[in-house]
Amino acid sequence: MTIDRTIASDDAANTPVAGSATKARMVGGIPVAWQRTAFFIAVVIAIALPFLVKNFTIFQLTTVMIYAIAILGLNLLTGYNGQFSLGHSTFIAIGAYTTAILMEFAGLSFYGTLPIAATICFAFGFLFGLPALRLESIYLALATFALAVATPQVLKLSPFEHWTGGVQGLLVFKPEAPFGLPLNSDQWMYFVTLAIGLGLAVCAVNLVNSRSGRAIKAIRDNPIAARAMGINISLYKTTTFGISAAYAGIAGSLSAVVVQFVAPDSFTFVLAIGLFVGLVVGGVGSITGALFGGLFLVFVPNIAEEVSKGLAGAVYGVILLLVIYLMPAGAVGLIRTAAMKLATRRR
Amino acid sequence: MDLFIHQVLAGLATGGIYACMALAIVMIYQAIHHLNFAQGEMAMFSTFIAWQLIEWGVPYWGAFFLTIVVSFIGGVVIERTVFKPLHNAPILAHIVAFIALFAIFNSVAGFIWDFTIKSFPTPFGQESLFGSGLMGAHDAGMIGVTLVLLVLLFLFFRNTRVGLSMRAAASNPDSARLVGVRVGWMIALGWGMAAAIGAVAGMMIAPVVFLEPNMMLAILIYGFAGAVVGGLTSPGGAVIGGFAVGIIENLAGTFIPVVGSELKLAIALALIVTVLMFKPTGLFGARIVTRV
Amino acid sequence: MSIRSYVSLSALVLGMAFATGPASAQQYDTGATDTSIKIGNINPYSGPASAYGTIGKTIAAYFDKINAEGGINGRTIEFISYDDGYSPPKAVEQARKLVESDEVLLIFQSLGTPSNSAIHKYMNVKKVPQLFVATGATKWGDPQNFPWTMGWQPNYQSEGRIYANYILTNHPDAKIGVLYQNDDYGKDLLQGLKDGLGDKTSMIVSEVPYETSDPTIDSQIIKLKDSDADVLVNIATPKFAAQAIRKVAELDWKPVHIVNNVSQSVGGVLRPAGLENANGVLSTGYLKDPTDPQWKDDAAYKEWEAFMDEHYPDGDKSSSFTVYGLAVAQTLEQVLNQAGDNLTRENIMKQAASLDNLQLGMALPGVIINTSENDFFPFEQMQMMKFNGERWEMFGPVISGEVGG
Repeated sequence: MTIDRTIASDDAANTPVAGSATKARMVGGIPVAWQRTAFFIAVVIAIALPFLVKNFTIFQLTTVMIYAIAILGLNLLTGYNGQFSLGHSTFIAIGAYTTAILMEFAGLSFYGTLPIAATICFAFGFLFGLPALRLESIYLALATFALAVATPQVLKLSPFEHWTGGVQGLLVFKPEAPFGLPLNSDQWMYFVTLAIGLGLAVCAVNLVNSRSGRAIKAIRDNPIAARAMGINISLYKTTTFGISAAYAGIAGSLSAVVVQFVAPDSFTFVLAIGLFVGLVVGGVGSITGALFGGLFLVFVPNIAEEVSKGLAGAVYGVILLLVIYLMPAGAVGLIRTAAMKLATRRR
Repeated sequence: MDLFIHQVLAGLATGGIYACMALAIVMIYQAIHHLNFAQGEMAMFSTFIAWQLIEWGVPYWGAFFLTIVVSFIGGVVIERTVFKPLHNAPILAHIVAFIALFAIFNSVAGFIWDFTIKSFPTPFGQESLFGSGLMGAHDAGMIGVTLVLLVLLFLFFRNTRVGLSMRAAASNPDSARLVGVRVGWMIALGWGMAAAIGAVAGMMIAPVVFLEPNMMLAILIYGFAGAVVGGLTSPGGAVIGGFAVGIIENLAGTFIPVVGSELKLAIALALIVTVLMFKPTGLFGARIVTRV
Repeated sequence: MSIRSYVSLSALVLGMAFATGPASAQQYDTGATDTSIKIGNINPYSGPASAYGTIGKTIAAYFDKINAEGGINGRTIEFISYDDGYSPPKAVEQARKLVESDEVLLIFQSLGTPSNSAIHKYMNVKKVPQLFVATGATKWGDPQNFPWTMGWQPNYQSEGRIYANYILTNHPDAKIGVLYQNDDYGKDLLQGLKDGLGDKTSMIVSEVPYETSDPTIDSQIIKLKDSDADVLVNIATPKFAAQAIRKVAELDWKPVHIVNNVSQSVGGVLRPAGLENANGVLSTGYLKDPTDPQWKDDAAYKEWEAFMDEHYPDGDKSSSFTVYGLAVAQTLEQVLNQAGDNLTRENIMKQAASLDNLQLGMALPGVIINTSENDFFPFEQMQMMKFNGERWEMFGPVISGEVGG
């Protein structure tokens, strides 16, 4: 289920290994041909899957991609720009509620609400990025965590109840496939999410490898040097925060229609922590990693529950610890190391 | 006006809870310069151990001190087994490890002791102080214990060799190592002490909020608020911060209509962000100068 | 709805039965066969509401007992219970997993208003019973619009009305202070109280909400006391209700104190709060409290105790959730017994809607379950009771607090 593995190539180019060019065209120590093949296979599988598995599995995979989009946004912020966030559930909530409220009260179609949700989240993220400028690592983690904890309470605040539905939440209608396409609504939302996810991943790759992207990374690695080179740190940091929030908002908007329901309890700090875990497990500073993060978030709690119902939380915790010990660079790091070893051996 | 005074006093009592927790948070921050998200769950687990000991017939003070010792050892063991291997891992991995610990402690406590609330005894008595009903004897006792802990910590860090070594290890590990401080063990010691203080906090808090596996979740957040407002590097600041959060929360909840009562927690959190904006090291925190 | 007839392996092997037995109309939907019935459940085993996980575990233990005793009409119950961590999106995932992947006959006792709201429409579109949901919101009894969903416990609004009636009759000049949890449950109960007071709503002098994230509710209690209320309606979950009872005593405040049914457990609330502090507290009940000494020699109680010892030895016997779990599982047992060999989803709903004067062992004497095609509220009766420092004393008639719908 790796949809965009070539993307890792661009991504891996940033690692110092790239300097050792040999006869075969290599990026990040892995032959480009391998990555192309992997990407091609992954896309074929991703397109074929909805016709092969049950609707329920399609729903799960759609959820995986939605999480992946949010984690991708978080990765731009934390992995590439070095700003912590334990509060991205807030932006998911804003995105989801924007879509739900606009569909319910303004009669907009889902597709119409998507860009609005992204824009609103960008604005919120940008604004939150301003105070965040003054906060260093752990303090920023705490401030964003505070945001995540406060979100459900704000969502059910009685003065807003008319629009938010208060604690009862809002029901959302799931769009059917247009133009008489022979797809059911689960399959259709899967492809919508896949297309949006791929599009956002391509945007992320381009951003990271652009001039701005290098500035964003320079700020992470050495803010003082970056400033000396004339990079406007405040502007880059707040804009990155905004973009990251917009990604989360799009994920939220998609989740509202896929789950067909929004409520304050859907967006607790548990979600924010989940996204953070997904980021680290998938691979910090890796575009492909987001997908593994999404897979982890959807499937590992189910596995933990299979192992023991009473101790599901403990099993989850132990799995998490093992993952950190065994894959310090995340799932993508592990795959990359394995592929590099394989490539070296073949030479 | 009566209501105002009553709320301030009640805020002081609740603030005692936060102050207690904030002390434990500052302790671990002194040792590792991280915020331990699992701290509340560790304190909860310690409190369950004390409860179990009392159920088995151990007298209160025996259980109290035994729990502190067990928690201290537990803290050291956790550092040595879980965090030492992660020593060179990025901070992100540490936070995930905290989250993992959180899940483990919460789940295991629920598995062993169930989720029904349990009453936890207090050595100070449950009746109200001065007969006015404004502050319970236990609340006053808890504030007293917090202040005693604060003084002990202050003396420890200022006047003892170990305390000084610990500060050195935290603020400049390389130089500390050069002068013969065993930095690794200092960190483990910090974990042990934080766990022990957490245990005291848990045993002081449980009589008020009742013992159950989720009891610390909200308190930890308020404790963070208190510690951050006061300054993570200043135990005294953290205690004052804890009291301040308790009082402000109560006053906002009582006197600001609708928003106040529905957003009590959010107000406490807004306080964190505001303080951080204007004074990133907290009101009483020392400015950390980093070399480039 | 597709009605699939199964000819199971066992029926083929025991072809004799086919020839000799009457041509009974064995009709099955997905999830039911000659040998088993698959029942799905969603419960918060992890997360902030994990205390409720006990209910799911009790139900599982009860079906173990039924299976050990030969099942229902010879069919074993396959009880599949998943964790949603009290998160609505996860509840949707688990509900779809149960319906589409595990192919259960019905989902039973899914817990929590947010989670059930999230799957409400899905279940009704799929026409899979969402039976006896574990929440007291009023919206679960709406057979016109949601014929596949049914509640079980007395709904919060009726409970609120019962308190209103009590106050109007016994304390007509009362000044009422209300402490309520700021979520659907607290607001529903408060609404019921207000509806019951009718044009006397002004009797409520102070409404103070608390959040589950509040460590203590001391501040709220002080605010209520300072409003000069002399009747306190305590709409709080066990931990907060216990805190309130203790704080009221500590403040030396002596209002008429009504504690809602959710928090009437002697072992789980009143004992931690201090039995002497709880003396005189009022509440309503519909189930027997396992920690109440008056049931010590009750036959149904002994049966419950034996069940707990044998099938759920780890369970907390002071928790009222175990009684709740047992009682609700017995209600489903009754429905399945009535359904007999016609295990279609439609018939399940039909049988659930035709429970007639069902008296459960662990329900209070005289509190019975009645449903009809227009009445999707199984429990509607409660009885007022007063705590005498040791046990609850029932008083007055069994009251029905029916809400329109």
